[in-house]
Amino acid sequence: MDFDLTEEQTLLQDSVRRLLADKYGFEQRKAYMNSEQGWSREVWGQYAELGLLGLPFAEEEGGFGGGAEEILIVAEQMGRSITLEPWLTTTVVGGGFLRHGADAALRGAMVPKLAAGEMLLAFAHTERQSRYDLFDVATRARRDGGGWVLDGRKGMVIHGDSADRLIVTARTAGAQRDRKGVGVFLVDAKAEGVSVQGFRTVDGQRAAEVQLSGVRAEAALGDPEDGLPLVDRVVDEAIAALAAEAVGAMEVAHTMTVDYMKTRKQFDRPIGSFQALQHRAADMLVALEQARSMAYFAALAAQEEDADLRRRHMAAVKVQIGRSSRFVGQQTIQLHGGIAMTMEYAAGHYFKRLTVNEATFGDADYWLRVLAGAGGLVAAA
Amino acid sequence: MELRWTDEERAFRKEVRDFIDRELPKETRERMIRGKSPTKEMVVEWQRKLNKRGWAVPDWPVEHGGPGWTPAQRYIFREELMQAPAPQPLAFNTNMCGPVIIAFGTEEQKKRFLPRMANLDDWWCQGFSEPGAGSDLAGLKCRAVRQGDHYVVNGQKTWTTLAQYADWIFLLVRTDPNAKKQEGISFLLCDMKSPGITVRPIITIEGGHEVNEVFFDDVKVPVENLVGQENRGWDCAKFLLGNERFGQARVGASRERIRRLKAIARETMLDGRPLAEDPTFRQSVAEIEVELQALEMTVMRVIANETKRKGSNKPDPATSVLKIKGTEIQQNVSELLMKAAGPYAWVDGDPEAEGSNQWDVAPDWAYGLAGTYFNWRKQSIYGGSNEIQRNIMAKAFLGL
Repeated sequence: MDFDLTEEQTLLQDSVRRLLADKYGFEQRKAYMNSEQGWSREVWGQYAELGLLGLPFAEEEGGFGGGAEEILIVAEQMGRSITLEPWLTTTVVGGGFLRHGADAALRGAMVPKLAAGEMLLAFAHTERQSRYDLFDVATRARRDGGGWVLDGRKGMVIHGDSADRLIVTARTAGAQRDRKGVGVFLVDAKAEGVSVQGFRTVDGQRAAEVQLSGVRAEAALGDPEDGLPLVDRVVDEAIAALAAEAVGAMEVAHTMTVDYMKTRKQFDRPIGSFQALQHRAADMLVALEQARSMAYFAALAAQEEDADLRRRHMAAVKVQIGRSSRFVGQQTIQLHGGIAMTMEYAAGHYFKRLTVNEATFGDADYWLRVLAGAGGLVAAA
Repeated sequence: MELRWTDEERAFRKEVRDFIDRELPKETRERMIRGKSPTKEMVVEWQRKLNKRGWAVPDWPVEHGGPGWTPAQRYIFREELMQAPAPQPLAFNTNMCGPVIIAFGTEEQKKRFLPRMANLDDWWCQGFSEPGAGSDLAGLKCRAVRQGDHYVVNGQKTWTTLAQYADWIFLLVRTDPNAKKQEGISFLLCDMKSPGITVRPIITIEGGHEVNEVFFDDVKVPVENLVGQENRGWDCAKFLLGNERFGQARVGASRERIRRLKAIARETMLDGRPLAEDPTFRQSVAEIEVELQALEMTVMRVIANETKRKGSNKPDPATSVLKIKGTEIQQNVSELLMKAAGPYAWVDGDPEAEGSNQWDVAPDWAYGLAGTYFNWRKQSIYGGSNEIQRNIMAKAFLGL
């Protein structure tokens, strides 16, 4: 057991950290967020140069050959700067579908472009009724000749407005909430019948509502009759990345809070000298350390081949990370006081990102239900 | 970064588990599964078996009989004992006083005390806390005055765990009342059979006799039983208290209790169905399991850190996390166990105790669950209360 980074991992961490220190100050971030695109093409290009976009792909496919640990390292740094670029949707989620669901020919066509920053991906799964259930799919896919034609509507498609390709879940068989009969399809965002309505989310990211009317899919990813195991697998990897991202964001929020407690004076003393506030800051540290531990556990669990065990482990990850995120986020605001309520101060932006991160692919309550339903982590005596 | 146990560590775990399965007496295991403390005889018998195998003092250096394990192996060993469940090597001997003697004691003291400690020929107890010195330990008043080749000790210790079994007590005493708080303290070893010692039981809220008051009335302690230098006992105390890096997490113990809880939940009903099927109950358990999983990984981080640092005594914020979370989790599990029994948790006392007239007034598994719940409130108080842990974190790691 060794939590230290290898030399290569340290280099990777340093290069991301340097880039973000240079390009992702709070004011710079604000400018990216307020641009029409909502994020920075320039920074995106630099991710590509550093190899971050092709991170999880094999080197012979044009990737960086990174595993769950490397994803953790990069995601944590991005969380520290609450970056806005579509890295998670393109590299981790989109990349996951390509790695686990695409044949060699399709990967050969897409991975080099993706790694070069010329192929942006978004995952369209949410529907009005589905909440966080990935199997709850009303969008239909019907066979047409050798291909598939999609009809339906997807919501809250993160970075759906800039994606070149959409990865869409659609039902090929069965009823809306059946676990079988969900397919995963690659759709050109410019294809006939696709309409995309972009908007901004509360944490400053971009998202889109996507309408699909008789859209011809470019390819099916995985088994179109039984694609849920593929979706779960990819989402589990995304949950591990989200966990690391949350830890990065929590770490900055906590440091910011403790620093503020040392400088802000009331009653002629730094507010950090008050024990009630010290204990709160200590509890934030407890929540942060537990979350950090769980992010490591997530990197380990994401590699688990037993799907049931992996699911239960990732559920535990979501619960812990969600609980810690909420506590650290809320207390960051509380311990700062009024200043953190202002848009011009960074704390609130970390809080908002942590709030959306918690609920991405299901909030803590949702996953607690899943974990409890599956019988938990410890077997009965 | 390597987040898995190595093959060697997995093999080691199996070796420990096999040994426990083979050697642990059935009555000891069964008594502990029912949540009761092992008897003195059970603890002694087990420690001697461990000692024969060379495993009685996992944390001691090889030259004093330690097995030479890595921090990971020590952790695995303790976890396996908890999960069995089996008694741990007696902490007062092997984790507290032993390491202090090894670090600060004379050759004479090492030869005289260590082998008997390891084999539990002498049962030790800890004389630190006093009525006026709890969280503020350095405020202790128990006096020792040097007279010739003896110290004469007068004063009182309290919360002395299992003093009723003890042959020896290690003591913090004030040898210089004029020095600053921490600077006038010495570390003494005292024979419990010395004239002038009185042990008075303290019965805790659940009715058990675990802790005691110990009174010292002109008790003579030979000067050769001073450990380290006179007035430098605080160094020993800090060393002893700082030695405990992951012991308080007790992940294996909580996991064992959760297994027990889940078994009990199949025996007891709610709304006409086994409690184990109730969604609210299941969520309460799952919540604890999540915290426990995170805690286990935090322990791993402390162990990995320890392996790298090779025994440096630098504090690690995670140690306080382990104390706070470890005790909260244990307390929460004990609460769920009691609640699982419903009204049958209310039977007072121990039906197996001598003179008990209770016969089958509750299901077997329900006895003692409330008692453990009451008793385990101590966990967030002892070992540096959880509030003290927060003070430590705020001062030492956050710089507040």
